[in-house]
Amino acid sequence: MPLPARTRLAAQAGRATAALSRRLGRGDGTVIGGRVSLLVDRDALAHLGTGHRVSLVSGTNGKTTTTRLLAAALGTAGPVVVNPQGSNLPPGLVAGLASAPPGAAAALEVDEAWLRVAAEALGPATITLLNLSRDQLDRVAEVRRLAERWRGVAGATAARVVANADDPLVAWAASAAAHVTWVAAGQPWTDDATGCPSCGGAIVFGGDGWRCTGCGFARPDPAFSLEGDALVAADGEPHPIALSLPGRANRANAAMAAATAQSLGVAVDTALAAMAGTTAVDGRYRRAAVGHSAARLLLAKNPAGWLELFDMLEPPPGPVVVVINARIADGRDPSWLWDVPFERLAGRRVAASGERSRDLAVRLHYAGVEHRRIPDPLDAIVALGPGAVDVAANYTALRDLDARLRRRG
Amino acid sequence: MADVAVALVYPDLLGTYGDAGNARILVERLRWRGIGAEMVTVRLGQAVPSGCELYVLGGGEDRPQALAAAELRASGALAAAVDRGAAVLAVCAGVQVVGTRFLTADGICDGVGLVDLETEHALPTRAVGELAVDPDPSLGLPRLSGYENHAGATRLGPGLRALGAVASGVGNGGGGHDDGFVQGKALGTYLHGPVLARNPELADLLLGWVVGELPPLGREEVDAEARGLRAERLAALRRRRYHFGT
Repeated sequence: MPLPARTRLAAQAGRATAALSRRLGRGDGTVIGGRVSLLVDRDALAHLGTGHRVSLVSGTNGKTTTTRLLAAALGTAGPVVVNPQGSNLPPGLVAGLASAPPGAAAALEVDEAWLRVAAEALGPATITLLNLSRDQLDRVAEVRRLAERWRGVAGATAARVVANADDPLVAWAASAAAHVTWVAAGQPWTDDATGCPSCGGAIVFGGDGWRCTGCGFARPDPAFSLEGDALVAADGEPHPIALSLPGRANRANAAMAAATAQSLGVAVDTALAAMAGTTAVDGRYRRAAVGHSAARLLLAKNPAGWLELFDMLEPPPGPVVVVINARIADGRDPSWLWDVPFERLAGRRVAASGERSRDLAVRLHYAGVEHRRIPDPLDAIVALGPGAVDVAANYTALRDLDARLRRRG
Repeated sequence: MADVAVALVYPDLLGTYGDAGNARILVERLRWRGIGAEMVTVRLGQAVPSGCELYVLGGGEDRPQALAAAELRASGALAAAVDRGAAVLAVCAGVQVVGTRFLTADGICDGVGLVDLETEHALPTRAVGELAVDPDPSLGLPRLSGYENHAGATRLGPGLRALGAVASGVGNGGGGHDDGFVQGKALGTYLHGPVLARNPELADLLLGWVVGELPPLGREEVDAEARGLRAERLAALRRRRYHFGT
């Protein structure tokens, strides 16, 4: 079905605006282009989604990486588009879809709070729900309210929902859906799910899962489980996971992506093999030379993400620069730093950096971690060299550092 | 003296905004001074001990907050400890929990009733942002800095003293332009950050209530960094006022 004239115009206007924005050096133009498209055609999202098989991916952590891994898997069967630069609000979705060739599949990450809007407009084939935990304390609704909204989406959608059974908030939301594939992908952070989302009772974690002591709500039986370096199907068949990306969290992302790809007709082993080619995701895991230092960029923007990040760092005493900003996109309140077990950095050379380096420095003092406070992350990377330096940055800190490194060439 | 026990009460229910850091800070500031201290972390399902010297309660979401209040009321341990002379630091939802009644999305809940304050009404809009408080002069504290994030409006009962006057932000939001409360050795505030990270003098006020005169900290670099952080946040407030005229 051809697009309505207004939608074609909207897509053209968006692309032209994005190109102009790029020429003016105002960034990649994704968001402004998408906004212009939505101004021209308010229903651009629904119209542009027509004719594409859409997969939505949402969650507090791992959205961008899981979406890229899913796109790599679906790419074995045909063309796929994704959100440009991880822009996961409606303008970013519009920009991604506007670039799609006819009939291409779309793997789109969606901000947790915008899942309902995206699902209603796009009628996706699959919705992949990764995890929910505290993030951007100052601006996003309480985690539990997000879970309630997700439950509403799950109850109304015809999509297959692929959900992380190990996260009680996700499990509660997804259990309202008609078609669910449960994946035991793990969720080391449990402090946002102590109270049962269903009855308010106490959830106990242990052994292979979790259970509410009040109402008996418990981890659903998974169709796939992440066990070490393998994705194990319910029949016991192991599928090895060999990624270029580090850490348990990325194996969990791959597990969720592989289960999603399978429901769309791509064999699990084919999907996992295709993911090995993904080496960097919007600057994350990117390596760059700075002075005599070899920096590796890692993203950690909340306590749950940090729990996973310790597992990705070079072994001690490998030096670490921690870069913390608190802009709108990071959340204005960095008090979550006190929920991160920074004690684990003791014995390394550590620099506290970023626009909120003082908040971090105070935290490191009380964690007993010797450190230097060096607000500019490039200076900090040089100061901790020569040699390999891991850089753990939150959202805008990583984005800005990646852009500065690119400009340096 | 025996080790000072600092109870961190239900960090799994009242720990959404990093307030567990307050307990950590209190313990470290004792140890740095050569005073034995232990943190007693009380999670949901565990009995709240009544023999600790200091109790720390933080902020949380509606349902976990209601659950925490119900558990504390049922156990009676916190009230018994306060009767014995224990000190309390209650932040945000913690303030509401130690009061008489508070509002949640599911309706009005009973608090523990240690302090004569109620939070039965919501603010017109959620209070989110930097908060600066000029403490009651009798406390001998400098201007305090923190970050507030709450929907409830807290009214202090007659005769209950506020922690201080709001210099910028909302605080209690009950019409008195004040923040928090002080009653005996119990102190409450809407300041997150956590509050003791930015305001080491407030930590030492609480510790002084528990152990008497405090030896020097011996970690001047820590307090220099903390005061630098507070000065930075208070300066950011002034810049914002300059730009937006509020």
